[in-house]
Amino acid sequence: MAELKAKHQRMTLVILALVAIVAAGLIATWTLRNQANYFYLPEQIAAEPPSVGQAVRLGGMVQAGSITTQSDGITVNFVVTGNTADTVSVTYSGILPDLFVEGSGVVAEGSLQADGTFLATNLLAKHDENYVPRELEGLDGHQEPQDAAAYAETVAGLEQAR
Amino acid sequence: MIAELGLAALWLSAALAVLQMVSGALGLRDGPDGQNGPDGKARAQSYAIYARPAAVVQAFLAVLAFGLLLYAFAVTDLSIKLVETNSHSAKPFIYKLTGTWGNHEGSMLLWVAVLALSGGLLAGLERRLPEKTMSATLAVQGFVALGFYAFLILSSNPFERLPVAPLEGSGLNPLLQDIGLAIHPPTLYVGYVGLSIAFSLCMGALITRQVTPEFAKVLRPWVLGAWVFLTFGITAGSYWAYYELGWGGWWFWDPVENASLMPWLAATALLHSVSVLAARDALRTWTIMLGVLAFSMSMLGTFLVRSGVLTSVHAFAVDPERGSFILALLGLYIGGSLAIFAVRASSIAEGTRFTATSREGALVFNNVMLSAILAIVLLGTLYPLLTEAFDVRVSVGPPYFNPAGAIFAIPMFAVMAVGPLLRWKNDNPGRIQFELKALLAIVIAVIALVAILGDYSVLSLLGLGMAIALAVAAFLPLRGRVLRRVPLATWGMVMAHFGVAVSLFGMASESAFTTERLAAMAPGDATDTGGWTIQLEEVSPVAGPNWTAMEARIMASRGDEEPTLLTPQARNFWSPPQPTSESALITRWNGQLYAVIGDRAGVDARGRERWQIRVWWKPFVTFIWYGGVLIAMGGILSIAGRVRVDLKRRNAKKIAGQRRADLDALDEDKLPEPAE
Repeated sequence: MAELKAKHQRMTLVILALVAIVAAGLIATWTLRNQANYFYLPEQIAAEPPSVGQAVRLGGMVQAGSITTQSDGITVNFVVTGNTADTVSVTYSGILPDLFVEGSGVVAEGSLQADGTFLATNLLAKHDENYVPRELEGLDGHQEPQDAAAYAETVAGLEQAR
Repeated sequence: MIAELGLAALWLSAALAVLQMVSGALGLRDGPDGQNGPDGKARAQSYAIYARPAAVVQAFLAVLAFGLLLYAFAVTDLSIKLVETNSHSAKPFIYKLTGTWGNHEGSMLLWVAVLALSGGLLAGLERRLPEKTMSATLAVQGFVALGFYAFLILSSNPFERLPVAPLEGSGLNPLLQDIGLAIHPPTLYVGYVGLSIAFSLCMGALITRQVTPEFAKVLRPWVLGAWVFLTFGITAGSYWAYYELGWGGWWFWDPVENASLMPWLAATALLHSVSVLAARDALRTWTIMLGVLAFSMSMLGTFLVRSGVLTSVHAFAVDPERGSFILALLGLYIGGSLAIFAVRASSIAEGTRFTATSREGALVFNNVMLSAILAIVLLGTLYPLLTEAFDVRVSVGPPYFNPAGAIFAIPMFAVMAVGPLLRWKNDNPGRIQFELKALLAIVIAVIALVAILGDYSVLSLLGLGMAIALAVAAFLPLRGRVLRRVPLATWGMVMAHFGVAVSLFGMASESAFTTERLAAMAPGDATDTGGWTIQLEEVSPVAGPNWTAMEARIMASRGDEEPTLLTPQARNFWSPPQPTSESALITRWNGQLYAVIGDRAGVDARGRERWQIRVWWKPFVTFIWYGGVLIAMGGILSIAGRVRVDLKRRNAKKIAGQRRADLDALDEDKLPEPAE
């Protein structure tokens, strides 16, 4: 074995590199498959809620008229809508992103609470007029409810029929 | 006139790139070395003679074109479409200039100008390579440049005129109106494009089968230089995002950030592998492969950032020409180089052997780990794009990158600590068992100590433990040596490795020990976080050249030191209209206090108007960027050391040559010229 190794050191190196890259690929695929459960629309929260406390992202539109600020001045409640009638109430303590407005898209990072509300630790809204969080591409304020069956296969379809 | 001149310079550069490519390729025509008759060699060289001047003149022209665009921005020439869409006469002068590359066309012109400039430098300065390898290198460089000239001229002309010049421009994205834009993109681009030289040299050496330690010594300064710029660029970009975005985060695993991290990972691997090739004549094909990989990652990064594919696949569809153009270039260069690699790699003789427990072995291991991390980042970045093609949207963030990257980063840091202590070729690990045990003891002690203090995440604990052990390990190679005699390049390595430790410590400390306070405060109210007392004095409107803002005056103090004034602002730019948040920072040796002001937060019980104030105390967060700077400085030291040794050798050779010539003059019968 030792002799074989000495004779074919280049081969050994190639195999070592391949093994590492394949391992990286496998780890990546395995972790990414779990990531499929990372991004949720309100209807997905309703259908298959993530476990309480699991770190996920919730994406959707901020329902018009739903933003209320509590008396402490920093805790905000609002409702996120998706492509169906399902909605999720979100609680967030913090400074709202510059372009966070009703009727616009938002991605909330946080976790689902036992009472069914979503506690957000961070909000991602549009940075500027040109940049929209990838997950919200195609969602806009004037959406019609979609045929949910069309999205049964997809993990997080946000495509908008125009 | 300016615009037409700029465009003409670009066309001329493209023509020169063709000349450089053809002339360099013709220089190769007469078969491999050794088969040349004296005639054939002379003919080949007469063809190749145009390649160098073509590269040098091209560099002048491309830089001239960029200079002209810079001038157009400086004087806000609104008849040029690019200036109109990205500038405004009321913008501060420095941001007018930096706005030149704050857009797609301008930044591609900068890319091409740097590409031509580095090609010109290579052609003008490099004399050590065999002439044939040089011809092949210049041909490849010309070919690469030609593709990007075509892209610029045909699909992203920065000098396009408007039929009617408007009275005012539309302005620059306010997030980009920051000194960060002056530093971050140009340094990053120099790094990206410097890797093109490494790529061309690797292809040249592969084509002529001259993968030798001599070649590695030529390649090394280019790789080091590009890597230093990439390191600076990433560090500056991270700090810029940290204070400009107002979220208190320093790395978001954003695809654009990943696009700059991937070439850095490949270049880091390449840089170490080149050193093995130069010192030990091992890892020949591996080095070539990494050279191809590093520039491929640069181009992929450019494609991801510049095609619009990142913000959305739909933006891609809006301007399919650009995206598919870069994709075609990407396919051509990566596919072409891999094809040549596949054909030629087997004919490169295997280099010197080594065992697993040797310095080469450690370097190979970490090369593989770096490649694996690169694969993790690459897959994580591309995965959302792939699934999106099937209308599935996913979000890949820290929960993926952190653990998946750590699986490979942890063994890499461990080997990085001990690798430099091993001897070349073959070593007995028992020789350094004291060091191994001491380092392991440090890791365990630090983790145990911190774990007692509080409840911190596993990765933070590991990071802290490894950072301290790495910091000690970085200096171990100096042990028992006369410090004055240690070569500069070794100091460079020590400094860069220490920089990694410093940076890692900053990251782990920031994630473990950050405290924050979010409060609705009326003027006069006070709050505290991380040992700081924060008092809001007043909130008042202020105005800048192209914005208005609400500015908070906050006095922050710690212990019995004098209070320091912090003035975070919530700005509203009016052209284009956009709100931004300007954070305010207090930097101490052991961390940073970071304050932002948010919206109005209603009135308190006594009817006073309140404001949202958010303050973080981030212990040792600055170490992240100090570490980055140390890493880059290590690279600079290393370049300086190598260049100094080269110059010394060249001088010695010259003196020896002189002496021989004198001897020859004394003796009547002349000795033959020494072989190079």
